[in-house]
Amino acid sequence: MTVDLAIIGAGPAGMAAARVAAEGGLRVTLLDEQNRPGGQIYRNIATAAEWGWLGNDYARGVDLIHGLNHQLITHQPRATVWRIDSDQGIIWSRDGQSHVTTAAQILLATGAQERPVPFPGWTLPGVMPAGAAQVLMKQSGMVPCDAILAGAGPLLYLVAAQMIEAGSPPQALIETDVDLLRALPRLPRAVPGAKTLAKGLGLIRRIRAAGVPRYRGAKDLRAAQVQDGQVAVSFSTRRGRQKLTSSLLLTHLGVIPQTHLARAMGLRHVYDHAQQAWRPSLSRWGQSSIENVFVAGDGGGIGGADAARAQGALAAIEILHRAGRLDAAERDHRARPLRRSLSRSLSVRPFLDAAYPVPPDFLAPADETIVCRCEEVTARAIRDALADGAHGMRLMRTTLRTGMGPCQGRMCEATVSGLIAEATGRDPSMIGPGRARSPVKPVTLAEIASLGLHPEENS
Amino acid sequence: MSFEGAEVLARPGESVAAALLGRDSAATRTTPVSGAGRTPFCMMGVCFDCLVTIDGLPNVQACMVEAREGMVIRRQHGARRIGKGS
Ligand code: FES
Repeated sequence: MTVDLAIIGAGPAGMAAARVAAEGGLRVTLLDEQNRPGGQIYRNIATAAEWGWLGNDYARGVDLIHGLNHQLITHQPRATVWRIDSDQGIIWSRDGQSHVTTAAQILLATGAQERPVPFPGWTLPGVMPAGAAQVLMKQSGMVPCDAILAGAGPLLYLVAAQMIEAGSPPQALIETDVDLLRALPRLPRAVPGAKTLAKGLGLIRRIRAAGVPRYRGAKDLRAAQVQDGQVAVSFSTRRGRQKLTSSLLLTHLGVIPQTHLARAMGLRHVYDHAQQAWRPSLSRWGQSSIENVFVAGDGGGIGGADAARAQGALAAIEILHRAGRLDAAERDHRARPLRRSLSRSLSVRPFLDAAYPVPPDFLAPADETIVCRCEEVTARAIRDALADGAHGMRLMRTTLRTGMGPCQGRMCEATVSGLIAEATGRDPSMIGPGRARSPVKPVTLAEIASLGLHPEENS
Repeated sequence: MSFEGAEVLARPGESVAAALLGRDSAATRTTPVSGAGRTPFCMMGVCFDCLVTIDGLPNVQACMVEAREGMVIRRQHGARRIGKGS
């Protein structure tokens, strides 16, 4: 199948772009892994918007979903894109069968994943990222009971507030250091986003009013299994070592762009020091280092749902322009309000990034921490390999198999590079990003063979 | 649907992983290296800790599959076999 525009990811960026492009006359295919459009942020929104406790921001996604109702848009759910190449197009898998879509232009809107929060015990049943709890809330209306929240950042407060709203407040909040000194100078620039900041303060007030205990400045987080499906959570604060027990520990230290597809395609990437993550380098329209490939939304750098929506629309009008359907003047005219709303949504980022840096414990965790969940490689093993001279991502891969499991480094890469930085004193921008290879999600050999591709290209 | 022979109830639209988590906190897979028990973790297709066997098909990401009446789900033990059988 050949279309004018293929969009990967049906979150706010992908959905906004699809609508704008279709209205401009382009045939659009929207490929997405989930059963229903929405991405992580607007997951299951068609059903779950009735659950009032998820809040107003969540309900804002409804019109994006309705926007997909256009005769030029084909939404392909449950479609896992595992390879994109210039000559063969976009290869995606559904129910064990692969398909190929070719497109004149491509927009990657792959969104974010949670930043891994490695510490001793993070692989135990009963320990999950806070984002996973959000998925459970949105998809199943399942609200965690008596959970402990640990980490830092706006989502941690949001999840706590939603749990309070749903009548199941968290047992406690364990908060890592907040760097207000570093963040304060960035506050004036955040003024256009004052509403966002006020919302954040509102969440904190709610948590306080609900009487949820908060432990600030926590370090050296650990979890250990105790009987009957409970985990014991321990950490240090200025008042000494603390210990709590719960059936669920939810962690969060922000989100990072999902860049595996972008990297496997060979798009140029840059290290974003403020966000402590790699992202593709993009023009102000979202155009990547490959001419007909665009990136919008959190996959191009973390900005949140509203920014993603504006970026998706901006990319779409540039794509319309390139397709000869919009002249430059009209494009620039339409871009103006989008850029205004984008800069408003992004204005709070520098403040947030500075306020919630990733604490060093989680970049280079304690020796007994499993860093690579797939291959169960510990921080100690990585430190040993470093002492033996394995100073790069690639050497680490071949020596210890980090990043060689099915998740392909999505859970360990940031930590491996943190440990390399710790041992060698090198800047993270000199270490990664690790190479991503097709297939970026595991597919069976049979599937690869059915397309006539050579498996050895794909290992 | 069933997990290891025991009945599991799921809400419409719910993923297999969510239904399994709702059931109790027992491990849904064991790891290839140490055999440690794991349960679904990220719930969004990133971590692969939710691999199970569904209706005889191994290596299925339970968080990406919608639960359906009558599914037979089994715990995944040890290594997955994907691609060249690694
Ligand atoms: S729970 Fe992480 S991939 Fe399914």
